[in-house]
Amino acid sequence: MPVTTIDPISADSTAGVPATAPARRRRRSRWKGSTPYLLVLPAILLELTIHIIPMLVGIWMSFIQLTQFFIANWSEAPFVGLGNYKIAVNFSRPIGQALLHSFTVSILYTLIVVGLAWLFGMSAAAVLQNGFRGRGGLRTIFLIPYSLPIYAGVITWSFMLQRDNGLVNHVLMTNLHLVDSPPFWLIGNNAFVSMAVVALWRSWPFAFLMIMAGMQSIPDEVYQAAAVDGASVWQQLRYITLGMLRPVNVVLILMLFLWTFNDFNTPFVLFGATPPASADLISIHIYDNSFVNWNFGLGAAMSVLLLLFLLVVTGAYLLITNRRSRRA
Amino acid sequence: MKARLIGTVVTVLALTATASCSGGGTSTTSSSGGGKTLTYWASNQGTSLENDKAVLGPELAKFEKQTGVKVNLSVIGWPDLLNKILAATTSGQGPDVLNIGNTWASSLQATGAFMPFDAKALTAIGGQDKFVPASFATGGAAGKPVTSVPLYGLVYGLYYNKKMFADAGLKPPTTWQELQSAATKLTDPAKKQYGMVLEGGSYTESVHFAWIFGRQNGGQPFDAAGKPTFTSPGMVAGVKQYVDLLGKDKVVNPSNVQYKNGPEAPGDFAKGKAAMLMSQNNADNTLQADGMKSSEYGVVPIPTPSPLPAGGKDVASFVAGINLSIFKNSKNQDAALKLVKFLTSAQEQAILDKPFTALPVVKGGTVNFTDDKTEAAAFALVLATKAEPLPLVPSESAFETNVGNAVNGLLAQAATGKDVTTADITKAMQEAQDKMATG
Repeated sequence: MPVTTIDPISADSTAGVPATAPARRRRRSRWKGSTPYLLVLPAILLELTIHIIPMLVGIWMSFIQLTQFFIANWSEAPFVGLGNYKIAVNFSRPIGQALLHSFTVSILYTLIVVGLAWLFGMSAAAVLQNGFRGRGGLRTIFLIPYSLPIYAGVITWSFMLQRDNGLVNHVLMTNLHLVDSPPFWLIGNNAFVSMAVVALWRSWPFAFLMIMAGMQSIPDEVYQAAAVDGASVWQQLRYITLGMLRPVNVVLILMLFLWTFNDFNTPFVLFGATPPASADLISIHIYDNSFVNWNFGLGAAMSVLLLLFLLVVTGAYLLITNRRSRRA
Repeated sequence: MKARLIGTVVTVLALTATASCSGGGTSTTSSSGGGKTLTYWASNQGTSLENDKAVLGPELAKFEKQTGVKVNLSVIGWPDLLNKILAATTSGQGPDVLNIGNTWASSLQATGAFMPFDAKALTAIGGQDKFVPASFATGGAAGKPVTSVPLYGLVYGLYYNKKMFADAGLKPPTTWQELQSAATKLTDPAKKQYGMVLEGGSYTESVHFAWIFGRQNGGQPFDAAGKPTFTSPGMVAGVKQYVDLLGKDKVVNPSNVQYKNGPEAPGDFAKGKAAMLMSQNNADNTLQADGMKSSEYGVVPIPTPSPLPAGGKDVASFVAGINLSIFKNSKNQDAALKLVKFLTSAQEQAILDKPFTALPVVKGGTVNFTDDKTEAAAFALVLATKAEPLPLVPSESAFETNVGNAVNGLLAQAATGKDVTTADITKAMQEAQDKMATG
């Protein structure tokens, strides 16, 4: 009986497989399960050493009184609990007041720079969307501020904004006769305007680049269909361009917000370590408290507060925009 | 096999990660076999970083020949120096020997990162007695072993343009009132010529003058207990005396409030855009680099108001200068002491004072950076009789930044055409003082 003879064999062979294969498979599957983790392990280790551990050290610093007396030996710095935070947020005392002032300046600066950068980027991208002679040249010119090294760009502005021999005052006074005596652009309240203009000059090309890339992906047919249906240019812009650019804009505005709010380079290169009060952005304010006044504990506490604020804002922003896009 | 490979890679990565972490704790000091090597951070004293290297290089080669100790020299510009020192202090990775601005001596002493010069160490560098006492006193807080010893001496003087003074029939001022009237007479905004030039955007200059004129008006920024007294009438009057040059007296180009990089103010003076300049003696370098001959300018002590206000002192400068410190965790302290001894020897002082336009900090030295005997005598007189050290307290560095920036703000207010009143100054000084509270 072929069946009976085959059966034991097949039974044997199948019996042999369950005996060894599951074990091997188990071993292999155990490795298979851990391989992805092993592959990300180097990244995790590096992420820990470069990002997480310094951040934790920063948080730890914010709880100790790390002043000039202890920077040579951190372990001796007394633990002060929330002491540094209390000083930082006590808005009736000068240090808290200064932090609040700096925070307000940063918010205002961010609103102006991000708002205008987006508007400029959007307008330029919209204008350059239709092909015409010289479009490539204009695109290149628009991207120059973004491609220049930050320091080189900002220091050039600082030369142009000098009172006696700066280009800006030369144009305003000698060429246009708009002012009688040359204004100061780098001190007093004008410092804020100068800083915002420089930051805008630096960041709008990025908005332009992102929006332009986003617009490439909107098919022409959609516009043609809309035009056939009688939509005006404004309606096309409002409902098609802006609508389909939404995912790009959500990310773009978040990135611009974070970069601008944390901006250190622009005020530092324009004004040095201690900018005028009107241009005292939060990053440079924290730097001042740490490095100029040698109070690293207080500086760390302010950094942690800044981190919390940015986390809350970013979280809320993503939550709101996600919910809306899901509804849409 | 693959798994083992991954395991090895992970282990290696983990090891290198921990190694690079623990690497942070060790000192960079290297000593190879018999020939020792020292790392020396020099501050920028010459006309450029390159110039400093060119001046110090042959001297350090001489030192190596004498002692067998090789010195790795880096010259660090002033804008970065304090930050680099702080970073070295915090990380424990620093040079063996370094230059510091002597006004930071007490603040840096408080960090505990520098080696105190006890009796033994002082003997090793040739004894405390070899130094000019006023310069040696800047080495640290009173009553503790100093953590720095003087290297180059500097004081303020009033530079004046001889030709402009002669043309106007003026003599160099001996009182503050004479200075004001001379400056007024020499100011002609239409010709872009002003009586005085200031470095109005530099917080260090601002705090120096706040202190000098504060002392002239009987003020003192700290009381005996080391508590800040920035709002004392003398300090406020001192700040007013300085800010009024731009505000009330109008003898300063308002654009001066943007000057903060060093060469701008001496540059204006050298080009005849300003008739007077209050500066430390190393301005000679910049003036001559800008084409002014040493015979074209004269120097007198910065005058005081006449009569001297109640409690006021005839102070024309603080004891400025550069000090030498040794990092506590240097593995070559003996060699480091030898280098300090070498650089502060009478012989090397005579060589280095000339290119660095410095005053001697050791006894018996002569002012040799200028051929003009009256200029040399004026600076020597200021150092000997009209200079006090800045407050030797740990919060001195915070005093410099907070008061200096407050005075910069007041100068900016004056430059934009707003009157600076005593009340404004008191308010600004109070804010500066409040910022010290947690220091």
